[in-house]
Amino acid sequence: MVEFSILDLLDLDLKEHNHLQLTCIAGRSGLSRKLTNSKISRPGLPLSGFFDEFSHESIQVFGRGEQQYLKKLETENNLDALERLFSYPIPTCIFCDGGRPSLRFIEIAERSGCSVLQTALGSADFTRGLIQMLDEIFAQTITIHGVLVEVYGIGVLITGESGVGKSETALELIERGHRLISDDTVKLRNISDTYLIGSGENPLLAHHMEIRGLGILNLANLFGVGSIRDKKQVQLLVNLEEWDSNKNYDRVGEEMTETLLGISVPKLEIPVKPGRNVPIIIETAARNERLKKLGYYSAKEFDQSVLKWLESESARNLYYSNEETF
Amino acid sequence: MVEREVEVLNRAGIHARPAALIVKIANRYSSNLYIEKDSMKINGKSIMGIITLGAAYKSRLTISTEGSDEQEAAEAIAQLFLNRFEE
Repeated sequence: MVEFSILDLLDLDLKEHNHLQLTCIAGRSGLSRKLTNSKISRPGLPLSGFFDEFSHESIQVFGRGEQQYLKKLETENNLDALERLFSYPIPTCIFCDGGRPSLRFIEIAERSGCSVLQTALGSADFTRGLIQMLDEIFAQTITIHGVLVEVYGIGVLITGESGVGKSETALELIERGHRLISDDTVKLRNISDTYLIGSGENPLLAHHMEIRGLGILNLANLFGVGSIRDKKQVQLLVNLEEWDSNKNYDRVGEEMTETLLGISVPKLEIPVKPGRNVPIIIETAARNERLKKLGYYSAKEFDQSVLKWLESESARNLYYSNEETF
Repeated sequence: MVEREVEVLNRAGIHARPAALIVKIANRYSSNLYIEKDSMKINGKSIMGIITLGAAYKSRLTISTEGSDEQEAAEAIAQLFLNRFEE
């Protein structure tokens, strides 16, 4: 289970479009409260006094409607429901649209040890961003031994036994202008059961690589920032293995897949032999994967052409053989 | 499969040199070695993997070996931890 406190939420350094613009305006002591799920609650019903099925373990988001309703409750001097809301151990409450809670609200929140956060974003934009972020944080994860590189925009996860040449292959790919996400340990996250995101296990140690004979290298410094990436969707698995002459390798482009964290990803098995240029095979595989995404399957199209040709050939033979009988 | 609980006894934790030492010893055996810390499990024959564990002083790890010489491999690695990686 992931340990994630409200303070971690504030500390997250999110960039550009998914920046949540959160600040803490009251109840600092409540920042250590833990978040246990990725759900969000809009506390309209509890505020009106209906507490059945109240998901008190979720973040409470106060949009414009809730804020107006709070104002109404305060002018009516009817804050029982609010007191009751804070009697639950709610993780935190967030005010959207840059709204500020009243002093009485802050007092009740602080008394219960709950923090109050504020964001300048509107509630729709904010909840969308927050759900996306929480999904990533609470996603199922595994750590895999392999190298994740981005080749022509396709996230390729190279796996294989120690010493088969994963890192060397990745190094050659980077030299050719592709990007490294992580070497050796790749953390995979299942994002809402639809795709896999791979990243380095530790952002401090990411983009380093160990090459036998050279030691540990910093790829970002050696090849420049253009050669690295923080995370990338895993779209293709490439398993490198020592050439086994007894094994049958795919010769016609049949499709294999492997299931990781319940998500199926196309997989290739590439035999490695001294003198074999593995990076160019991976580059070609990535190009082919892009073609497939555009709806063009090289192997299938080829087969179709062969079938068509055979058909026309047999038709012609039939025609000529018929002619001879006349 | 053989499993062993070990503790990091050297002050500096597992940095580059101890990691390299573990890999060096592990590579003498044909068995696979895995090292586990909290929810993270990595291949013990990879230097970067071991370093990313972030095993600081006093942290507890589980080592597991699997293969024809698993007993000897587990013993050798556990001994390394006990010897504080010769530090």
